[in-house]
Amino acid sequence: MTSTKDDTKAVVTQPKLGVLGGLRWFWRQLTSMRTALFLLLMLSVAAVPGSIFPQRGISAQRVTTYLDQHKTAGPILDKIGLFDVYTTPWFAAIYLLLVVSLLGCVIPRIRLQAKTLRAPVPKVPRRLSRLAGHVEREVAAPPQEVLAAARAALSRRRYRLREDAVAEGAPLELAAEGGRMRETGNLLFHLCLIIVIIALALGRLLGWRGDVIVPVGSSFSSVGARYDTLQPGAWVDTAKFEPWSMKVNNLDVEFEDQVDPSSAQWGQPRHFTASVTTSLPGQAPRQRTLGVNSPLAIGGASVFLLGNGYAPRVTVRDAKGTVLYDEATPFLPQDNTYRSVGAIKVPAASPKQLGFFGFFLPTAAFSKTQGPVSIFPDTRAPALVLGLYEGTLFPGGRPQSVYTLDTASMSQVKDTKGQPLRILLRQGQTYQLPGGRGSISFDNAPRWAGLSIRSDPGKMPALAGALLGLLGLVMSMSLRRRRIFLRVTPEGAGSRLQIGGLAKGDDPRLQVALEQLADTIGARAAPPRTLDPASERKK
Amino acid sequence: MTIDYFSNLALVTATVIYALALTMHSIEWAAARKITAARSTTGKRKGEAADDIETRTRPDARATTSRASEASASTLTITRTAAQATPDSPTLEPEGDVDVDDEPFDGDPIPQQKTEMFGRMGISFTLIGLACAIAGITARGIAAHRWPLGNMFEFTTMAMVIIVAGYLVLAKMGMRWLGLPITMVATVGNGLAVTVFYVAVAGLVPSLNSYWFIIHITAATISGAAFNIGGAISILYLIKKRAEDKGTEKGYLLRLPDSRRIDVIAYRLFAFAFPLWTFTIAAGAVWAEYAWGRYWGWDPKEVWALVTWVIFACYLHARSTAGWKGGRAAVIALLGLAVFWFNFIGVNLLLSGLHSYAGI
Repeated sequence: MTSTKDDTKAVVTQPKLGVLGGLRWFWRQLTSMRTALFLLLMLSVAAVPGSIFPQRGISAQRVTTYLDQHKTAGPILDKIGLFDVYTTPWFAAIYLLLVVSLLGCVIPRIRLQAKTLRAPVPKVPRRLSRLAGHVEREVAAPPQEVLAAARAALSRRRYRLREDAVAEGAPLELAAEGGRMRETGNLLFHLCLIIVIIALALGRLLGWRGDVIVPVGSSFSSVGARYDTLQPGAWVDTAKFEPWSMKVNNLDVEFEDQVDPSSAQWGQPRHFTASVTTSLPGQAPRQRTLGVNSPLAIGGASVFLLGNGYAPRVTVRDAKGTVLYDEATPFLPQDNTYRSVGAIKVPAASPKQLGFFGFFLPTAAFSKTQGPVSIFPDTRAPALVLGLYEGTLFPGGRPQSVYTLDTASMSQVKDTKGQPLRILLRQGQTYQLPGGRGSISFDNAPRWAGLSIRSDPGKMPALAGALLGLLGLVMSMSLRRRRIFLRVTPEGAGSRLQIGGLAKGDDPRLQVALEQLADTIGARAAPPRTLDPASERKK
Repeated sequence: MTIDYFSNLALVTATVIYALALTMHSIEWAAARKITAARSTTGKRKGEAADDIETRTRPDARATTSRASEASASTLTITRTAAQATPDSPTLEPEGDVDVDDEPFDGDPIPQQKTEMFGRMGISFTLIGLACAIAGITARGIAAHRWPLGNMFEFTTMAMVIIVAGYLVLAKMGMRWLGLPITMVATVGNGLAVTVFYVAVAGLVPSLNSYWFIIHITAATISGAAFNIGGAISILYLIKKRAEDKGTEKGYLLRLPDSRRIDVIAYRLFAFAFPLWTFTIAAGAVWAEYAWGRYWGWDPKEVWALVTWVIFACYLHARSTAGWKGGRAAVIALLGLAVFWFNFIGVNLLLSGLHSYAGI
């Protein structure tokens, strides 16, 4: 895209354009390079708010928090789509216009380039000294040999050659053209940009992603309803998922403990690997490993290990000792120390249902200012710090998060002093709940694996587009389109070599290139020692 | 003395030596101000000022092959400017032939030699600083048992090594006039690294543990270095262009090639950096697919890398658009460089995203 269209101004000043003329004017405006550049800049400016405001597509929770904190500005920002920048109509408008503008720019130039590629190399002009670059040398070799050397040198540079028959005794001539692939590369690059954008859109429509938390020892089967969250593309039928299943046997996690505890590196994760058993219908189960940076491909989708945490197993009994609840309940880590929040919902309790909420601390310690905290992400001294509500857990049967309690129809249980009840449970301990509500015991804390299962059919087209585009870019940046004309006249025992060069666009190295070419030809046609140094700078 | 202690020592020493090199180049510019200001009082002297660049670059030009022609190309343009500046036919003789007695000011050759001397000292210090920095990052890699590009500290020190090494290659090709801006970048960059960005040697978080780590970040470092050198050249271009347009060229500016030539050099660097930056983004996308399950997710780092890419794309287009050539294009390139820096520092420290490293 190196041309500008300044003729649009002339069109504007015409008194009547008519509908067709108006459309043509609009099309010219849209496909002008200036507009394409402007749209490109607009696209980058429009993408910026998405890096500043929290995005629903990345973290819906942070958007909710932001909306809670900004009661006035929040809804206004939400209205103009600043929390879903990359799916808003205005963002789509920019990139769609860009695609159209690029296409309008590139297609006519592809046609032009096809013509250029077929066009013959032009004849040698009469006066080489008038061209943008010009070199003249004396070579101590007969004209035929000089021309042969020139032919060889230019062919090696992949120039196309043209040699017209000349009359006996007339100067020999050679025309050459090189670097036509520059424009081809340029067009390829711009076409590939369009391919990448289309691939992105395809991925959106035909792809899907689902996330699920699977405690170690549990298994998961890929059916729509089993996902904790599922985001299918507009053209995806979730009923047609391939029904594979996966059991998480073990999760191997390592945290940094070889540095000083005050260091920022203390407790940083170093290694996550899950060993899983996968099974597809009609096939024997397979033992496989899944790690960060090494996803598993299964049933047309990829499984990524993107998170991990703890799912403390607690047992809740009623006053008679009957087990009401015995499950590993996933808690969500909040920070690098894996201080995790969660809720344990015991609907079987009577007369009122019980709901525990609070923290899981893998390595519990007590800070004077913050109370119970975790000081290391691994389970060195696991503890649960819980509060208790009683009442109706699922009022009206509305959907709710598994990690929080809906306390609308519940009341908090108080201790004997009238303070909200606070339970501290270390692993293996049992706590007797006040008022004959039974007991809760903390058995152990297995890990859970956070799996993300994704399918993106646009992935490979996007990669191919990017690679081809890169190739085109390198071609268009490194090649130079030049025409080089040579005339060799006999002079004494040797010959006089004249070279003229033309370049497309700005080419500050043209003259240098011609001099180099003359050197090469001279060295090829005649041994270097016979070169006459006096003629080297002759003008 | 442990290896990481040695690494820190070497990198701090490198910073100090770069600062010394910066001082030398500052004196070089200051000394040049005296001589050439006096010389440029007449057109003829202006021509001579250009001539001594020519004599400086000529030995290189004689050397060999393509590099030689690169230098001789600059010689050509310089000669041409000299010719424009002095209608009364400039001489191409070496400066030794100039009769010093003609000069209205006495003692001109001394600052001339001084300039030359401090310039050479600047180069020497830069070389020593580079050696220290290379030792420092190598030791860092050995101490960490991995490629030393895992955090802002390592990225910055590596980028500075590439910037300085790239500059030394360019200086060999006759672009020693880059000394002042490059040593400035190296001093500030390395200084920031050892003071603000410093983190102790440590392992990597699991998502960084991939061979794409080496490919993606190394490409980012090299293209970042080229953007920075290009930016430094663009600033010189703007200064030189302004002086040329106003006709107030003096001092060290006279030792620079003419503005068109500087513009071409800046363009070459950006033209090298841009495809590499494109590759960086593409490689990053491939890695993101493995590590995070999607090749493009509008993470702040990705957004700002795209913004950087778009601005440099605009620069390349602007350079071939009438009315945007030269000055305006250079300003766009500098904007791109600013965005690059924001992407590196601002996004890491101000915005939260997946590209946040441990500590800094």
